[in-house]
Amino acid sequence: MKFSLLLSISKSLLLARWSQTLVAAIGVTFSIAMFITLLSFMTGLNDLLDGLILNRTPHVRLYNEIQASKVQPIDYYAKYKNHYNFVSSVKPKNERLEIYNNAAIINTLKKDSRVLGIAPKITAQVFYNVGAIDLTGVINGIDVEAENKLFFFSNYVTAGNYIDLKNTPNSIILGKGAAEKMLTNIGDVIQVTTTKGERMQLKVVGYFQSGLQDLDKVQSYASIKTTQKLLGESNSYITDIQVKLNDINIAPATAIEYKNLFNVESIDIKTANSQFETGSFVRSLISYAVGITLLIVAGFGIYNILNMMIYDKMDSIAILKATGFSGRDVNIIFIVIALSIGIFGGTLGLIFGFGFSALIDQIPFNTASLPTIKTYPINYNPKFYIIGAVFSLITTYMAGYFPSRKASKIDPVIIIRGK
Amino acid sequence: MSKLIIETKNISKFFHDPMTMQVLKDINMNVTQGEFVSVIGRSGCGKSTLLYILSTMDTDYDGELFIDGVSMKKRKESELALIRNEKIGFVFQFHYLLNEFNVLKNVMLPGLKLGKYSNKEVEARAYEKLKILGIENEALKMPNQLSGGQKQRVAIARSLINDPLIIMGDEPTGNLDKKNGDIVFNIFQELSSVYNQALLIVTHDNEFASKTNRIIEMEDGKII
Repeated sequence: MKFSLLLSISKSLLLARWSQTLVAAIGVTFSIAMFITLLSFMTGLNDLLDGLILNRTPHVRLYNEIQASKVQPIDYYAKYKNHYNFVSSVKPKNERLEIYNNAAIINTLKKDSRVLGIAPKITAQVFYNVGAIDLTGVINGIDVEAENKLFFFSNYVTAGNYIDLKNTPNSIILGKGAAEKMLTNIGDVIQVTTTKGERMQLKVVGYFQSGLQDLDKVQSYASIKTTQKLLGESNSYITDIQVKLNDINIAPATAIEYKNLFNVESIDIKTANSQFETGSFVRSLISYAVGITLLIVAGFGIYNILNMMIYDKMDSIAILKATGFSGRDVNIIFIVIALSIGIFGGTLGLIFGFGFSALIDQIPFNTASLPTIKTYPINYNPKFYIIGAVFSLITTYMAGYFPSRKASKIDPVIIIRGK
Repeated sequence: MSKLIIETKNISKFFHDPMTMQVLKDINMNVTQGEFVSVIGRSGCGKSTLLYILSTMDTDYDGELFIDGVSMKKRKESELALIRNEKIGFVFQFHYLLNEFNVLKNVMLPGLKLGKYSNKEVEARAYEKLKILGIENEALKMPNQLSGGQKQRVAIARSLINDPLIIMGDEPTGNLDKKNGDIVFNIFQELSSVYNQALLIVTHDNEFASKTNRIIEMEDGKII
């Protein structure tokens, strides 16, 4: 009852200067809309760029590396245990790249609750034979289905169907750059030579475009079986186990754990791609800073208008106080005015922000390096809308707080006597 | 003896800016129910200052003020606001109507604030008060559509809405011509005689004052 009275007074004061109120509200609308648009767009772009690498990179990769043994025979000899042993010209021994006992490792990983999925992989160095010329290349032998599920393989297959890789024996999906160099079309048969000199004919069933051109000139994909055949290895031969975790943040710790547990080399995504995280973070930071600056500027607009309104309404405030409205009532009246501007402008801002985002989402954006992207990327995360709404209320409240306090402190005697 | 509505004990007030000077010196006075009192004196004699202290709007004074037998010392601002709302009606030299509201709403506002009656009842009461003042036909007009005399009558209706113990006026006829001034005076007279309303009017119009029940004359911050 009493509050509704204060509300109705606020409303009348607001509507009495509706054009000014509108300007203030438009300020809020504009800033909120820009805040939403900016963040949606920035984050969309961030996700896109991160996705370029992060989506396709396993959180933890287990592999073997050819390297010199860290422990030399002399270290085992008790007599020289407490000596410094210098062994010069140590060479790595001819170790296989295969992960030993990989079936057991995979089984163990599958039972680990932290693991989202596993995709085994073989990396094979090859030469693509084009007439008299050999081009160096890498064939990744993959489990097509697992690779697609975990690393969105099909997104990067720009021509042909990715599943043909599994269904067609002796097939290959060529990197776009490599295919252009070799002048092949889908359906053609190409010849590759392994580093050990074995030759094999492979049928091209598609092109692959990762967005990283250097990679596309070199990399190709084949199924695990085809690659094992190419290398002349048994069907248990696997060089990499790619692990995707439920939570990317535990990747570094998990990588170390697996390294010790399975006695293999491991690398985690954060170590491998730390620069991406930094880039994303800085871009987000800039977007937030700009958005919040816009809101604060809008807040000053509201502050100004309320101050003017209070100056203008001195008489009314004085008489309200003389007839029994307390300072608190007057305070509430002006806070309500500020908040209504905030709520009205903020809501419109959210709607416009969504509209602008949707509009940007429709703008064509074609670039050779990003085959799957047709329009500008937008992230419609509700988080931005919540932040925008909360922040518009906070800024308008703050903008209303000081003028309201001033209004509540107006001494009616001074105003009334001043006439 | 009638009920004491306002009573003061040794009220003094100082102005400190630009230099300290005493504007009120040991004011002792009272107003009883149904009394029509006028305060006169030259400009600067402190009569308006006294009125604002009596109205509780000015709290910076020495001495004691009793309204309806209750001391006004050391009250919170919101408590005083409530007392003004309930017990005191104001009429100023300038009408101070809110231009955003129509006449009826202007009259209703203090009533709505008090919250003693429902909105409908307050509205009915507002009409009643406007009728007493003969301006019920203007109820739905905006204040800026009224003449000066009508505005002042609306202001009086507003002061009456909560049936206050006392109506205080600060030169209520100061801005009005002779005819409207007389109308306002007659209304006050009627309120006093018919409705037994206490009135305390500050004026420098001696003719106005001479027609009231009691004249308090002030000079240099003292009652003489």
